[in-house]
Amino acid sequence: MSTLLGYVLPGIPYGCDFALMAVGLVITFRTTGVFNLAFGAQAFGAAFVFDLLVRSEGLPVWAAFVLSVLLLSPAVGLVLDRFLFSRIATTNMTAKIVSSVGLLIAIPQLLPILFGGSPRENPPSLWLDQAHVEFRLFGTAVNGSEVSTTVITLGAVAALLLFLRLSPAGLEMRAVVESRRLAQLQGIDSGKVAASAWALSSVMAGLAGVLLLPLSNVLNPTNPLQFTGLLVAGLTAAALARMRSIGVAFGAAIGLGVAQEVLELYFPNGALHTASVNAFPFIVLVGTLVGSKSLRSLGFRADPMAGVDPPPPPPSVSIRDPRLDVPMKWGFRALIVAFVVSGLTWVPGYWVTPLDAGLVYSTIFLSVTLITGASGQLSLCQASFAGVGAFAAGQLAAHFGLPVLLGAVVGGLMAAVLGAVLALLAARISGLILTLLTLAFALMADTFLFQYSWSGGSGTGVSVPRPVMGSIDFTSNRAFLVLALVVLLLCILLVALVQRGTTGRFLAAMRGSEPGAASLGINLLRARVTVFAMSAGIAGVGGAMFGSLYSPVSADSFVYEISLAFVVVVITTGSRRIEGAVQAGMSFAIIQFLFTYAPSRFQGLTPILFAFGALNYAQHPEGMVEYQKSRWMMRVSRLLARVDGRRGTAPTALAAGAAGNGMAGGVVGGSAPNGAPGLAGSPVGLSSGVVSPRG
Amino acid sequence: MNASYSTYRALFDVSFSVPAGTIVALLGANGAGKSTVARVATGLVAATSGKVLVGGRDVTRTAAHRIARMGVFHVPEGRGVFADLDVEENLRLALRRRVGARHLAEAMERAYTTFPVLAARRHQQAGTLSGGEQRILSLAGVLEAAPKLVIADELSLGLAPVIVDGVYEGLKAIHARGAALLVVEQQVDRALSLATHAVLLARGAVHWQGPPQQARAEMEELLAAGYAPPV
Ligand SMILES: Nc1ncnc2c1ncn2[C@@H]1O[C@H](COP(=O)(O)OP(=O)(O)O)[C@@H](O)[C@H]1O
Ligand SMILES: [Mg+2]
Repeated sequence: MSTLLGYVLPGIPYGCDFALMAVGLVITFRTTGVFNLAFGAQAFGAAFVFDLLVRSEGLPVWAAFVLSVLLLSPAVGLVLDRFLFSRIATTNMTAKIVSSVGLLIAIPQLLPILFGGSPRENPPSLWLDQAHVEFRLFGTAVNGSEVSTTVITLGAVAALLLFLRLSPAGLEMRAVVESRRLAQLQGIDSGKVAASAWALSSVMAGLAGVLLLPLSNVLNPTNPLQFTGLLVAGLTAAALARMRSIGVAFGAAIGLGVAQEVLELYFPNGALHTASVNAFPFIVLVGTLVGSKSLRSLGFRADPMAGVDPPPPPPSVSIRDPRLDVPMKWGFRALIVAFVVSGLTWVPGYWVTPLDAGLVYSTIFLSVTLITGASGQLSLCQASFAGVGAFAAGQLAAHFGLPVLLGAVVGGLMAAVLGAVLALLAARISGLILTLLTLAFALMADTFLFQYSWSGGSGTGVSVPRPVMGSIDFTSNRAFLVLALVVLLLCILLVALVQRGTTGRFLAAMRGSEPGAASLGINLLRARVTVFAMSAGIAGVGGAMFGSLYSPVSADSFVYEISLAFVVVVITTGSRRIEGAVQAGMSFAIIQFLFTYAPSRFQGLTPILFAFGALNYAQHPEGMVEYQKSRWMMRVSRLLARVDGRRGTAPTALAAGAAGNGMAGGVVGGSAPNGAPGLAGSPVGLSSGVVSPRG
Repeated sequence: MNASYSTYRALFDVSFSVPAGTIVALLGANGAGKSTVARVATGLVAATSGKVLVGGRDVTRTAAHRIARMGVFHVPEGRGVFADLDVEENLRLALRRRVGARHLAEAMERAYTTFPVLAARRHQQAGTLSGGEQRILSLAGVLEAAPKLVIADELSLGLAPVIVDGVYEGLKAIHARGAALLVVEQQVDRALSLATHAVLLARGAVHWQGPPQQARAEMEELLAAGYAPPV
């Protein structure tokens, strides 16, 4: 009994750490309407500054706390609200997730740039000392940081509960989350309330970060997301609380902490240990995400005042003079030929590897295009699928002597099966919850699926040989270029076929509205299983190529942060078109390569660059790069129209519409696909814009 | 006022007034621009040109929450309550700023006595109330807050006639406390039975305004003319 208690007690401060994360996620969601995946990153940032102030600047702990948690954190929250989240419509769930993913990538990368990248040991404790044993309870030593974490967490959670339930400000925050407009009609300054909600949530993040500091013995700015276990537990507890109840989130987090300690007791080591201790939170998390009814309807509560805002401008992708299609197509082909010829001849050797990488990344990114571009669904586990492909190809080659290319196909198939299983599990969920399920899968791959010698090769990694086909040897980087290009083109062909075919139409309908698509008799499940399986398969093949390029590869190459980066990169360059994936792959690889010339602390600039692109998702869902590209297309179209006008030939309807509308706000001319919005092409001020009430 | 939604122009030189203590009916077919008038008046949609005056004060560029604090209430089309909050919290939200924290409890009790339906459902989530109960909840918040002007947008929409009667009783009670009303309706007879003045909107412009007795005839004429755009 006392041994059991000996495990339960240390489980409590552990649970408190989880609770800080879980309660933070829930309170942010309830007061701002954003499921802030970057909460942990914000916490880390505040903790980092706190540590800096105490140790480098020699400030007393309380002063550092005031500066970092009570002043800097809310300031960051206000900035986030002002420049990011206040511009996203309450109902635009995808934009909110993408923005938080962008932040999750940008914030940790900013830290080493600002403060240097050397790791620091034994970070300071906020209140009581970690090394000091405060008292013994049933024979278990309780140290200072455990006491301070528990006490402060309890206090903070109680205060938040009271605040949300009883204070007028808490009530207003909950109202503003549901509808800014409706709140305004009640005399509430919605903008101010939303800003204070962000400030509050950020203070909470700062507090969590500072309390969690003693947990990590080393504070490493270049690898800041070492809190994976924390994220998993926080997600699980928040999901158990249905993202609603702070009390339940707290209780669930404590329960998880204790359960993990108790599992440690019964399965101290061996295979059962890994299976139970590591898998346990995931079983709970996935079960809750898939099974909970109230989570399923989460975020589907429409803003009753949504009708006030004009519809967002259609993505500017649709504006393109058809006469540009042919030159574009041939230009693209010429570019490929030029690329191959240059890659094989004059390009210096050290430049060939980034080009190889660009093609391989393009292949993997195609999987993102397929899933996000076509169905509008965000998947945060594409790197895990890539890992499955890479490890399968490597292990099959090592143990069964399977040729690598065959291994890549098998690996792709294995990833496809996993993708299909994921889609089947997710049969009844969508939106945010589906995204979280993919994140759970990615975290699961990180924490244990890839940690075995038969999968991720634990420690040494897995070597994936370069393919050799009879007399054709792809060992050299230049030869590999040709192979990577062929694989990429095959995958492009596959994606293009899917997008043009029936499944593609189904997916496009799903992107508009899932219930709407279902009511048309579209079998959503089949469409979704198809797209998840194909996307995972392509990622798997791309992953195998990646492994072959950079062999040996370990689980580190496919962690969840990489998945997040993939999504962010593709969204920035454009997820709606196949070209977007190629643009993303090439630019990612090349920019990354260019930054190897910069000092090491600036390595993080590549992801930051793309993360900032993703932060514009609400304004430009078609992607920043695609947006700029189509602006240039517009100019060319307008020029063409003018030339036509001078020649006296009738300009095409499209060019006229485009020219007449002047593009400024990204407003589409007469070319909107399927002719949908009634406002297209009606210039301001014409009464023809008013629809006949009888018509 | 003139107004548009991005490139789509919705209102064309709409002009009328709602004198203190009167009831004005704003009539028009679906899509005529009635809701847009209400939105511009309460600051939800910015007027592209023109002026909105409340008690002689120019509020054209004033933020919506400030206009609301001046005693102008907009009961929007459809669901006008917070579905995630319960009845009590909805009332508290509507009343606290208007009657002050000290008088909040009394005001809420008065609202519950006037509308016993709500008292029985104090702790029910507003999203689970019936359409009629939701309208009553909106009106209860308005009634106790001593409004100057209430803009009620299609309160009868989607309700059974008996329920509409109840909702209109609420409106009359609000008027009896001295508020001016702008009643936006498609159900012409309901609004006209109450109104002291009628404004007929067609295709985003005022087609006619005058005494409610003549409104019927004007509407028939408008229909017969096939809603020709006003010249
Ligand atoms: N958010 C919006 N974006 C674009 N057009 C809108 C929006 N809201 C209303 N409209 C258009 O403005 C016109 C007037 O709408 P509205 O004021 O809602 O009419 P009513 O309330 O009389 O039915 C309609 O043609 C409608 O389609
Ligand atoms: Mg209307």
